[in-house]
Amino acid sequence: MTKAFDNEMKIEFLSKSQNEAFARIAVAAFIAQLDPTLEEIADIKTAVSEAVTNSIIHGYEGKVGIVKLVCKIVQNEVFIEISDTGKGIENIEVAKQPLFTTNSNLERSGMGFTIMESFMDNVEVESVLGLGTKIIMSKKIKTNSSQEKRQEMDISEDNSKELINSGVRGEE
Amino acid sequence: MQSTFYKKDKQLVFEMEEEIDEYSVQNIKRRMDNEIQRYMPKEVIFDFSNVSFMDSAGIGLVIGRYKLIDMIGGELKVANVNLQIQKIFEMSGLLKLIPVECKNKKEVQYD
Repeated sequence: MTKAFDNEMKIEFLSKSQNEAFARIAVAAFIAQLDPTLEEIADIKTAVSEAVTNSIIHGYEGKVGIVKLVCKIVQNEVFIEISDTGKGIENIEVAKQPLFTTNSNLERSGMGFTIMESFMDNVEVESVLGLGTKIIMSKKIKTNSSQEKRQEMDISEDNSKELINSGVRGEE
Repeated sequence: MQSTFYKKDKQLVFEMEEEIDEYSVQNIKRRMDNEIQRYMPKEVIFDFSNVSFMDSAGIGLVIGRYKLIDMIGGELKVANVNLQIQKIFEMSGLLKLIPVECKNKKEVQYD
């Protein structure tokens, strides 16, 4: 099977924390073409926000740098790459552990990687000390009938519906 | 972010911002701490009715305020959290410390 990308976008922005909202909203708008559920959108937005925050806070440590975001769509799967040329992660396995934080007195929860891993299907981290970090994550969007999704939109606040909706993942 | 203090019950209610992330948290943290220290409430409620997005910065925000409120002998509750926020709170283990209520004193409901 050829893995030609069906669609792709790239953004680069400065490592300022007001860009966290920009990054996750841009991704949400881009993946709208897959007709994701509200829960899928929220999961992806949260994961993007965590990765971008990591680059800004930990990668660049408040200094100005550039965060790169690439988002690709292959059939019903979303691939997101977020990279920086910051200081890199010393020990990825340790960094991934829940509650691990290099900066506990600043009220960091250390939950960033845990959230990315539980909200996405797959998360890979590549990092070289002094050179930067790249996070590649992916998630399949369920291929429900759009009818069902429209109904879900109507009662968007009634989250119980989303629980019922936890059916099959897209199959092909 | 709006806050209301109910004198009778010594209850302080914060209506949380629409988007809670690293950026928005920087601005509201200090304001919340000031209000808490000013009123010394018995009970503090974080009302999440208007929140449409929250990432792990929200966990840090809640834990930080929890410590302060605990220190002054108050109690913290969170109200009106949606499914997404609930998932994030659950993941953090925060719910073992902090009760989640679906309504606050003003009877805000999902609609």
